[in-house]
Amino acid sequence: MESIGVLMACPMNPYLEQELDKRFTLHRFWKVPEKSTFLSTHSNSIRAVVGNAFAGADAQLIEALPKLEIVASFSVGLDKIDLAKCKEKGIRVTNTPDVLTEDVADLAIGLILAVLRNLCECDRYVRSGKWKKGSYMLTTKFTGKRVGIIGLGRIGMAIAKRAEAFSCPISYHSRTEKPETKYKYYPSVVELAANCDILVIACSLTEETRHIVNRKVIDALGAEGVLINIGRGPHVDEPELVSALVERRIGGAGLDVFEHEPEVPEELFGLDNVVLLPHVGSGTVETRKDMADLVLGNLEAHFLKKPLLTPVI
Amino acid sequence: MDSIGVLMACPMNSYLEQQLDKRFKLFRFWTVPDKSSFLNSNKDSIQAVAGNATAGADAELIEALPKLEIVANFSVGLDKIDLAKCKEKGIRVTNTPDVLTEDVADLAIGLMLAVLRKLCESDRYVRSGKWKKGDYMLTTKFTGKKVGIIGLGRIGMAIAKRAEAFSCPISYYSRNEKPEINYKYYPSVVELAAYCDILVVACPLTKETHHIVNRDVINALGPKGVLINIGRGPHVEEPELVSALFEHRLGGAGLDVFENEPYVPEELFGLDNVVLLPHVGSGTVETREAMADLVIGNLEAHFQKKPLLTPVV
Repeated sequence: MESIGVLMACPMNPYLEQELDKRFTLHRFWKVPEKSTFLSTHSNSIRAVVGNAFAGADAQLIEALPKLEIVASFSVGLDKIDLAKCKEKGIRVTNTPDVLTEDVADLAIGLILAVLRNLCECDRYVRSGKWKKGSYMLTTKFTGKRVGIIGLGRIGMAIAKRAEAFSCPISYHSRTEKPETKYKYYPSVVELAANCDILVIACSLTEETRHIVNRKVIDALGAEGVLINIGRGPHVDEPELVSALVERRIGGAGLDVFEHEPEVPEELFGLDNVVLLPHVGSGTVETRKDMADLVLGNLEAHFLKKPLLTPVI
Repeated sequence: MDSIGVLMACPMNSYLEQQLDKRFKLFRFWTVPDKSSFLNSNKDSIQAVAGNATAGADAELIEALPKLEIVANFSVGLDKIDLAKCKEKGIRVTNTPDVLTEDVADLAIGLMLAVLRKLCESDRYVRSGKWKKGDYMLTTKFTGKKVGIIGLGRIGMAIAKRAEAFSCPISYYSRNEKPEINYKYYPSVVELAAYCDILVVACPLTKETHHIVNRDVINALGPKGVLINIGRGPHVEEPELVSALFEHRLGGAGLDVFENEPYVPEELFGLDNVVLLPHVGSGTVETREAMADLVIGNLEAHFQKKPLLTPVV
């Protein structure tokens, strides 16, 4: 399969890069100085694109690659791929579900605990020597708080399972109610926000869910409420969130994703009620290897004309 | 009860102080310049001592207060109280079990996630602007890691319940095996440490458990192992822990307690595989109020000759 051209959209994982290099003719898109010339030159040899949460395959790229057969995403989110265009052109699409579910759910709980119990602030307090001058302030209990989840898919369910061990009543909003779960359903995100203490975003990013957390939702969540985002930055109206946090109209936020990564609104840096992470949801050694193996497995299956492991289209 | 003298060992909670001031004759021991003259002058009026994790009632203090009838502790740990002396003199002792169990267990899980997923380091990485220059390193998955608990009391069990939601196999060491429980028992702490990935200290501090985590245990836990201490500083041989971390003989540590609080070994400040908290285990608004109410309730019950709410002796 060495003659098959695979275009890697951006740096994502050295092991994946190495393996793709071994098995295919790997083109590293981020190293190309003139992207349109490059695409022109290689348009007949590139048959696969490997994307991730940062860069994938938009309509423009797809049009520029007439031999493109498959887009294998190193992520579960598909928001960087023009799925409609792929369907139209019969291009297969795969992602990495399941293998990253636990890590992302673990991070959501980690963010909740870090925000409510001010873990990062406390650690700073000790390292700066302030503890010698006095005890740290009191924080807020996590156990028993009402957790509201937007999107009850694999990740949402894994978050619910963990939060239940902390005796948290679980409620959710989803496109359709799921009567087989015993959690409380709210037909709108605003109602969910008004009825929970901690609101977690765990749905996919689509045209419909862009800015699903807007000013109304933030206001409904309120001055004691906490927002946790382990979805995608564009799920949240970021300027609205920032002013709500600065003006203390919302209690706190734990964010792993931002609208324009790696740019993070600097007004957040001085706040003690936010925890800011550099999109590390699935960022463990174990999980990134599993994700890489899935990408490799899907590409090999495709070119060996076998069933895809985790097809979306 | 205004004439009943209550000696508060150190500052611990404003609400508690206020309430004790209202109901009794409160003496704030930390504001007294000459402690021995003070005790001499007031020894006949002090009938109760309110202590906590920092200061309680040692043999010397007990001997200096001939009218002492009850020591009401603002903590569940009793290591700052000379229990033998209290028994000998017929002095009642109460503490604050149950009300703080969940907060401490929540913090233990928070520490595990913070250490394994490097939450505090990641947050620092974002705030320092480093994310603009490159992604954060990969960390270690929490779900499925083997959790070993020293002491399977209220807090130990609450930690186990939470860790189970993350599919962590649970094992423990305890003075006696608990066959009614499903978890794997190890007859020694070294064997427990050798088997597990994350070792949590959750037992009371007594003569027997002083330095229960020593060099042998730390070596058994090993370069991939993580130590979590939400018990008492003296459970761990601190200099041994510091050198093990420094020399990478231990994978990481999440510490809420230290041998000489509020002093924390400064060699730890430069490490990225430790999380250091200023003894905040039960430090939430909700729980400290519940603890204060228990102290007040126990004192009132005693002086009204009613049954104590949470007696130890």
